[in-house]
Amino acid sequence: MEIRKRPTPGPAAVPSKQAAEADTGPPLEEVAQWEGLEQTPEFKQLIQARLRFVLPATAFFLAYYFLLPLLNGLAPAFMRTDVFGHVNIAYLFALSQFVMAWLLAWFYIRRATRVFDPLAQKVRERAARGRGAAS
Amino acid sequence: MNLTLALFLIVIAITLGITAWASRRTGTTVQFWAAGRGIKGWQNGLAISGDYMSAASFLGIAGLIAFNGYDGFMYSVGWLVAYLTVLFLIAEPMRNTGKYTLADVLSYRMSPIPVRSAAAFSTVAVSASYMMAQMIGAGSLIKILIPSLDSTLKPWFNWTILGTKLDPSITVVGALMMIYVIAGGMVATTWVQIVKAVMLMGGAILLSFLVLLHFGFNFGSFFDAIAKVKAANGLNFTQPGILYPYGKTQVWGIDKALLENVSLGMALILGTAGLPHILMRFFTVPNAKAARQSVVWAMGLIGSFYIMTTFLGFGAATLVGKAKICAAVAPKCTPNSNLAAPRLAEYLGTNFFGTGGGEFLLAFIAAVAFATILAVVAGLTLAASGAFSHDFYVNVIRTHILHGHVSEREQVMVARITAGLVGLLSIWLAARVGATANAAALVAGVAFVIAAAANLPAILFTLFWKRFNTWGAVASLVGGSVMTIWLVSIGPGWTLPAVAHPAFPLQNVGIVSIPIGFALAILGTYLGELAKADRLAERKFHEIDVRAQTGIGAEPAAAAG
Repeated sequence: MEIRKRPTPGPAAVPSKQAAEADTGPPLEEVAQWEGLEQTPEFKQLIQARLRFVLPATAFFLAYYFLLPLLNGLAPAFMRTDVFGHVNIAYLFALSQFVMAWLLAWFYIRRATRVFDPLAQKVRERAARGRGAAS
Repeated sequence: MNLTLALFLIVIAITLGITAWASRRTGTTVQFWAAGRGIKGWQNGLAISGDYMSAASFLGIAGLIAFNGYDGFMYSVGWLVAYLTVLFLIAEPMRNTGKYTLADVLSYRMSPIPVRSAAAFSTVAVSASYMMAQMIGAGSLIKILIPSLDSTLKPWFNWTILGTKLDPSITVVGALMMIYVIAGGMVATTWVQIVKAVMLMGGAILLSFLVLLHFGFNFGSFFDAIAKVKAANGLNFTQPGILYPYGKTQVWGIDKALLENVSLGMALILGTAGLPHILMRFFTVPNAKAARQSVVWAMGLIGSFYIMTTFLGFGAATLVGKAKICAAVAPKCTPNSNLAAPRLAEYLGTNFFGTGGGEFLLAFIAAVAFATILAVVAGLTLAASGAFSHDFYVNVIRTHILHGHVSEREQVMVARITAGLVGLLSIWLAARVGATANAAALVAGVAFVIAAAANLPAILFTLFWKRFNTWGAVASLVGGSVMTIWLVSIGPGWTLPAVAHPAFPLQNVGIVSIPIGFALAILGTYLGELAKADRLAERKFHEIDVRAQTGIGAEPAAAAG
């Protein structure tokens, strides 16, 4: 018997068969339900919206972050150039990483509240209406 | 010195008060492991900061910058940027699909017995190495700052367990952390972490303010002073290349310092997303939105703190100087980088408020460091005992091997017993390892690499890769951990004095072991497919995919109790 009992049944309001869920996995019709929901335009839209933000943002912050140790090692003279007083490019570039992280986090939160949350809400509504099992 | 003791006792009294209050709210498993999922987003953000900013960040980074200048700051940068990985990829899906531990998410798709056992293994490996570093740090801190406490307690510790003499200071810290976790569970741990985060921010702001005040809030003259501090290789402290000198030696045809820095960066920004005690915090909030908000709160606090580490570290370098950053009790002054922040506090206090001010500020910063360590070890104990009792005992042994039903009462009781055992074991291990000071800094770094090489591939692939299966998960969880520990053990720096020609050339092993962890996950998956071992994982992917993204069927917040 599973300890992990899920209080909410499947997406399409499957009667609570989950109590009987054994190691062999969920009944086939339930898999079809999740798969069906995965195929709905609402869900596809949500995934696409997330990917459109998360993939480029992740690629950007990884590139921007690793640029710092790479430049420190490959262009030390450039990085040690003083910009004003004894504040050099290396220190300013390191500080800019904090600004970059905060800005990206802010963009993400804004996008999540305005776009992802309403889309996820639509998927949940569709699931609740029980029309998800289209396939 | 009695002042320090008094402040330590105040910290202890506050945290025990919290624990007494919290102990009435830890009767059920959801309360014990996840604080009833009733922690608000901003509270969890503070608690994440409290869980994350360890003694290694506060004393460690300040010390690294004070002794090596700019290169120490690289840790600060990596540890903040790491939270973008957590925010974009981990926090919300974890909250939507998980229950109490990392393994809950993994075993969603995978066969529970092997995956839960493997995840318990990697969780304990990460938490144990992290915890050991914290406890050893706590032990040496107390010995230096309040030697009277250590020497007073010494007569009661004049016996050995399995050949190891217990350390009074480490035992005090260990006993406190056991009380918090056993009596107060996640509720007490969360609030201890929140109190500590507030204290730590307060201490850092105060010291930074005084450093800048000393330079008349003139960054130009502050950096002029820093540039006057020179390292042995002629570079000044504003310039990179002191901790790992560039252009000295080559490894695999590439500059060794460059490899060390990139390797360190990989461990820092990928490791955070796999730390079990941080991931566990996302189960304490009511929903994915709150999980997201808590990461942003944490990023604000952690980022501000890490920018301040440069004021503390550079302040100590310019105002105190490496030669004077040492323990005063020793017959001769041996520089100890961990004391950069306390010694800076003493200097600033004396400078601005006279001798009494110096003593007070030193005592205050010592108390902040003490609270920091207590909060972090409590979080780690909770994560490690969660792996033992929830994953291994309840879900593997009792449920799947003995096919029994485990009552709420028994689960909470087992959780408390394992928290006690984890505490006792870490007191003993820290006392045993404590002799080699070098091990302290090293084992903390190992925790991040194991988290990135073992846990992160398993989490990411479980959430986002349809073909991923049990074989792949076990391969990365066990293989990534073992690989990392092995590479570190044959590398330089594990033994004192450092080996001249170690079998593995780098101190930071992430650049090799993290890709290996991911490769093992992929290889394991394809082997598992060939063996047709796990058909369930792919079918279940659709469910975890929908749940992770939408929050359908996520664990609800328990009624406040």
